[in-house]
Amino acid sequence: MKKRVHLIVRTAVAALLLPAGISGGFAQDNFTPNGIADVRQNAFAFTHANIYQPDGSYLSNATLLIREGRIVEVGSGIDVSAGYFEVDLGNRYIYPGFVDIYTQYGIPTLEREVRTSGAENLFSADQALNVNDAIRSNFRASTAFSPEAEAREKFRKLGFSAVLGLRADGIARGTSALITLGDERANESIIVPDAAAHYSLAKGTSTQSMPSSLMGSFALLRQTYLDASWFTAQEPRPFTDDTLEAWTAYQSLPQIMEVSNWQQALKADKIGDEFDAQYILKVSGDSYKRADLIADTGASLIVPIDFPDAPKVDDVIEADDVSLVDLKHWELAPFNPRVLIENEISFAITSSDADEDFLSNLRKAVTNGLSSQSAIDSITRIPAELLGVESLVGQLIPDAYANFVIASGDLFEADSLLLENWIRGKKHVIASDFENRDGNYQLVLDDRSYDIELVFESGLPSAKILLADDETRAVTIELTNDLISFSFAEDDSGNRSRLNGWPVDEGWTGNGRSASGEMMAWQLNRVAAAVENPVDADVETDVPDLPSSISLPFVAHGRESVPQQQDLLIKGATVWTNDDIGTLLADVLVRDGKIAEVGQDLSASNVVEIDGSGKHLTPGIIDEHSHIALFNINEIVTNSSMVRMKDVVDSESINIYRNLAGGVTAAQLLHGSSNPIGGQSAIIKMRWGLPPEQLLIEGADEFIKFALGENVKRSRNDESVRYPQTRMGVEQVFVNAFSQAREYDRRWDEYNSLSRSQQRSTTAPRRDLVHETMLEILNSERYVTSHSYVQSEINMLINVADSFDFNINTFTHILEGYKVADKMAQHGAGGSTFSDWWGYKWEASQAIPYNAAIMQQAGVVVAINSDDAEMSRRLNQEAAKSVKYGGMSEVDALKQVTINPAILLHLDDRMGSITLGKDADLVLWSDHPLSIYAVAETTWIEGTPYYDRQQDMLMREQIAIERARIIAAIGNEGNED
Amino acid sequence: MNLLQKMKATRIIFLSLACYLIASFSMSSAIVPLPAADQTDPIAITGAVIHVGDGEVIADGVITFTDGIITAIGSANDNIDLRNHLVIDIQGQHVYPGFVLPNTTLGLNEVSASRATQDNEEYGDINASVRAAIAYNTDSEIISTHRFNGILTAQVTPQGGLVAGSSTLMKLDGWNWEDAALRTDDGMHLNWPPMQVRRRNPQTFEFETQENEEYAGAVQILHSLFQSAQAYTGERLNLNLQAMQPLFDGSAKLYLHANEAKAIISAVRFARSYPIAGVVVVGGREALMVKDLLLAEDIPVLYEAVHNLPGMAWRDIDEPYKMPFLLTQAGLKIGLSGGATGMIQRQRNLPFLAGTAAAYGLDQETALMLITKNNAEILGVDNRIGTLEVGKDATLFVSTGDALDMRTSQILGAYIQGRDIDLFGTQQQLYERFRDKYSNQVE
Repeated sequence: MKKRVHLIVRTAVAALLLPAGISGGFAQDNFTPNGIADVRQNAFAFTHANIYQPDGSYLSNATLLIREGRIVEVGSGIDVSAGYFEVDLGNRYIYPGFVDIYTQYGIPTLEREVRTSGAENLFSADQALNVNDAIRSNFRASTAFSPEAEAREKFRKLGFSAVLGLRADGIARGTSALITLGDERANESIIVPDAAAHYSLAKGTSTQSMPSSLMGSFALLRQTYLDASWFTAQEPRPFTDDTLEAWTAYQSLPQIMEVSNWQQALKADKIGDEFDAQYILKVSGDSYKRADLIADTGASLIVPIDFPDAPKVDDVIEADDVSLVDLKHWELAPFNPRVLIENEISFAITSSDADEDFLSNLRKAVTNGLSSQSAIDSITRIPAELLGVESLVGQLIPDAYANFVIASGDLFEADSLLLENWIRGKKHVIASDFENRDGNYQLVLDDRSYDIELVFESGLPSAKILLADDETRAVTIELTNDLISFSFAEDDSGNRSRLNGWPVDEGWTGNGRSASGEMMAWQLNRVAAAVENPVDADVETDVPDLPSSISLPFVAHGRESVPQQQDLLIKGATVWTNDDIGTLLADVLVRDGKIAEVGQDLSASNVVEIDGSGKHLTPGIIDEHSHIALFNINEIVTNSSMVRMKDVVDSESINIYRNLAGGVTAAQLLHGSSNPIGGQSAIIKMRWGLPPEQLLIEGADEFIKFALGENVKRSRNDESVRYPQTRMGVEQVFVNAFSQAREYDRRWDEYNSLSRSQQRSTTAPRRDLVHETMLEILNSERYVTSHSYVQSEINMLINVADSFDFNINTFTHILEGYKVADKMAQHGAGGSTFSDWWGYKWEASQAIPYNAAIMQQAGVVVAINSDDAEMSRRLNQEAAKSVKYGGMSEVDALKQVTINPAILLHLDDRMGSITLGKDADLVLWSDHPLSIYAVAETTWIEGTPYYDRQQDMLMREQIAIERARIIAAIGNEGNED
Repeated sequence: MNLLQKMKATRIIFLSLACYLIASFSMSSAIVPLPAADQTDPIAITGAVIHVGDGEVIADGVITFTDGIITAIGSANDNIDLRNHLVIDIQGQHVYPGFVLPNTTLGLNEVSASRATQDNEEYGDINASVRAAIAYNTDSEIISTHRFNGILTAQVTPQGGLVAGSSTLMKLDGWNWEDAALRTDDGMHLNWPPMQVRRRNPQTFEFETQENEEYAGAVQILHSLFQSAQAYTGERLNLNLQAMQPLFDGSAKLYLHANEAKAIISAVRFARSYPIAGVVVVGGREALMVKDLLLAEDIPVLYEAVHNLPGMAWRDIDEPYKMPFLLTQAGLKIGLSGGATGMIQRQRNLPFLAGTAAAYGLDQETALMLITKNNAEILGVDNRIGTLEVGKDATLFVSTGDALDMRTSQILGAYIQGRDIDLFGTQQQLYERFRDKYSNQVE
């Protein structure tokens, strides 16, 4: 066991030392060839070349010397001494061989087992590995690597000579190997066996139920950091787990984290910060959307250039199903690399997903403003530096591997070709120079002559005879460097003349047979070069504008800039203050985002004055129970108190804007109800256009979701095997979780009470994020909002809380709250309920729409919540139903969606009423706010008009115009092809 | 009057009438309301704001009905003969025709999550022969919650598969399904197969849309069925084909359940390739995209997605809200149905779908038509219900205020074919029980 640890550590360290300790003679000495020894120096001198330098400049008329697979010297004025075979490149270009540090080359993938059962898969495979199958940190790509000729050839054709091979499977994916793409055997192909350690947020082929969500992935990452450091701090180890060994051992390698959008990138980087890891982020091509924030992470990126295909818009009905995001992304994605450079972000480019479009997409990025130097560096020097192997690959410097490509011209001129890819001093032909021979030719054949056009597509030649009146006749042609063979019909008979030959300076010559079988001589003489696509010679200076703005957020109804806070005077509206002043015709003054004054006939200078006459002004609506603006809702394990909804806030969700349009200014984003102990809440304001972190309400108290009843006992899944399956078990889940947390607390207390020297000789308890969260509840540092239905379970949870000496803050849904409202009031719990949902589950059979009114009557603080992205934008109407059902006063009814949820979220000191000093979260309604005819005209958050109906009307037109413009552009591009 | 005075005044009226009603509730037991007895005396409701259901409003109106049939309607000035009538002066409250709820599983499905209570979906793709009527449970506790909001007639409809079976229009009062039926087997329900399906990728936790590979096959199954049905002579008895014959003689309608534009086109073209006179699109979320086809074919739409989110982020935020207006403006005949809001327990909010339509473009009486006159016409029962006209059923209710707005909707009394039905359901019983419990505690 101990031995194994050291083995891994040594391997990792060896990998790090390798770049510095290179010398020649790397051949595998213990390998016996089938034949006689054939050792060669492979010493070449490439002369008269334009050579790309690490600093981005070109050495012209320069020489590159290589020997034994390494670079010996690079420079101008080098004498080519004996022992080198000279290759005169005649002003062709040499670039470092390309390096792709995000491939799965040569590494076998795992198959995902298809599970047909609906039973939860609660445990990892019974192996001495991690408790979670998505943690595969012990995997070493080098141990699974086997060269794949076909894939290798594809990479070579694209100009790559070294790639990082990883197994993109799991949340911890183990190490990748740096592999050169020559014909060497596997032992020699791997030049760094453990080059980087890899992570992601996707569980891959693991069929274990946990994680079932993005926040579960984040939580698993956090806990594994803690587990690994606890585990490897102990001698002897408390048990056997190779994944934790490896996790710790490979922390010193470059840490590469794959994410699938910019929001994940920001969050993943923060998790890295929590554990002193700076990830290299393998991003998707959307970083341009918030490049400023990506830059703030300080992370280097690995960026794909798989620019999206044009969305299908020919069919007008299908076009309507294409999002504005996809339309804009099609336009803007090719500008991504350039935007990243403008934001001073360091990145490598990977060919992954772009595949054969790699070079053309890279050229497109350059056309769109990426400097050619940045483009080259991103596929040579920078990826090498990110792995710390820049002395081995990625630069043309002495002692580095002799990995380079020869191009017919500057790489970013459209007609330049990659001709040869040299890998470890061995040549691999990509294309032949004869491709430069495209053009118009005259074929002289005995006494006859024909005009012939020769073109190349994907390296393959095609030719035709040009006749009068734009008619043509097909020519069958085959070409190699040395041979030409072609045939065609000289007349309409279809009988073909067949010709063979060899190249000469400006064409080809040879012999052949006519259709009637007579021998003849022929010459094919070039008369004109092919008509070339005009190449913009000034691409680097002539930077095009972005085709459209990068709106905030990057979704329809986003804006070019986020609205600004205003000082306001709203005059003459019916003001629902929700405080002692009551509901009255009044003026409201807002300064610095706060309510500055409520009164009659107010006047103020330097304010935006708003005519509220005939309208109603209310506090912003607060939704105590929402799941909008989240990437995922439910984690599966019985107790997922460690997951944080804050990790998965989606600031680009259109439902934020739609909520604003319904007068909603704040919401608690809750974990779902799939388990008794859910996750930690995110409490947000609907600051449309700001990134996730800035949606969170500063300094808000922390909450957690609990759930009871049918959902948590998996009533709709007959195959479920997860504890609990009854309400009896649900109680025990809580009792157990709190008891365990207390026990955990005691262990830490014991440890903390030891002297420093005693602590050194004692293993600290394992930090456990589940227990720590439960402890926060017991310590009143976190408050519970519990999904609940029937009276028995409500009563139960009150009793559990009492026995552990804390309070349930809020019962949510609480459909039978009316049956135990007196107990709730006595306990001090609030009720956040639906207005009139009922009957959809057995436990909702006795839900009644009078619930809110009765609970209120019994002294419970009552809120009406949505739990639904659509209903949340009509919460005022849902509150109104308490007037219909139970005769609640209109003022009290409105309080259920304003001040009362603020009380339940401990935010009533700054929200929920139009009271001096409180946040100016306000809604101006066209009509009585409880009426179905009321429409929110303007919604302010802290004096900032995040929604305005008039502006929305303009936005509708702008969206239509923008869509039409991009769809037209897609159509035009289609016509060009 | 200022706002507060208004509120007080409203509440006083409400309380006084509520007292009257609760007195009559005291007869109720702890099971679903007793079906009402037939009308004995002629009844006249006076002092009413009468919403006829066809767009007309009669201020200070009078309506009389005898033996369950409306005998007169007009204003106080029309000197309607009130002799021998039980006269109820409702002092400016509102009278509405009973709302009509299409496409519902009311009475077929008690608890959505409980399999034993589900009788809404038979096994298999083709179930032309199954009939919702016979599974309709008059003792469902959901029914009274609908009556409480003015919904007095419902099209009880089977779900699932490609051909789900026949629906029946039910009066929401009756001892058993035979009594309750207003029009039996009014139509056959066809669910147009989806062209695309959405699946969650278990590795990335994200949803992905894929083409439905079974689409073409499903359409072929439908054609094969309808071709056989059209040619059916009764030789070699086939219950499914037999059940479809009313489609061809015009005695039953074909309800095409389709939401996407292409699905609507395909479904309508499918229906029009057979000699079926009565065709209705149910769902119709993207009907506006294909309005000219629906206009040309004279096909009405039962629109369901009012309280929905817009289909795409780029769509107007109030697109679903204003869709009834846009469809009406386009010249289509539109009714509203609550199906797309999901669970049947929410369909009691049908009037508020019309209210939303009124908030976003339609005038209130036109919005009201969508759930009265239009629904009745589309469902083929406008000879009996849907508007308040002489000779039609006295299926109507009284509300203190605008019944399309939850703020003002307070249904005080309701009649189905003149029977004075009990609005006091299980939910009201539970309300009183616990209200009283805490009231007693306070005192």
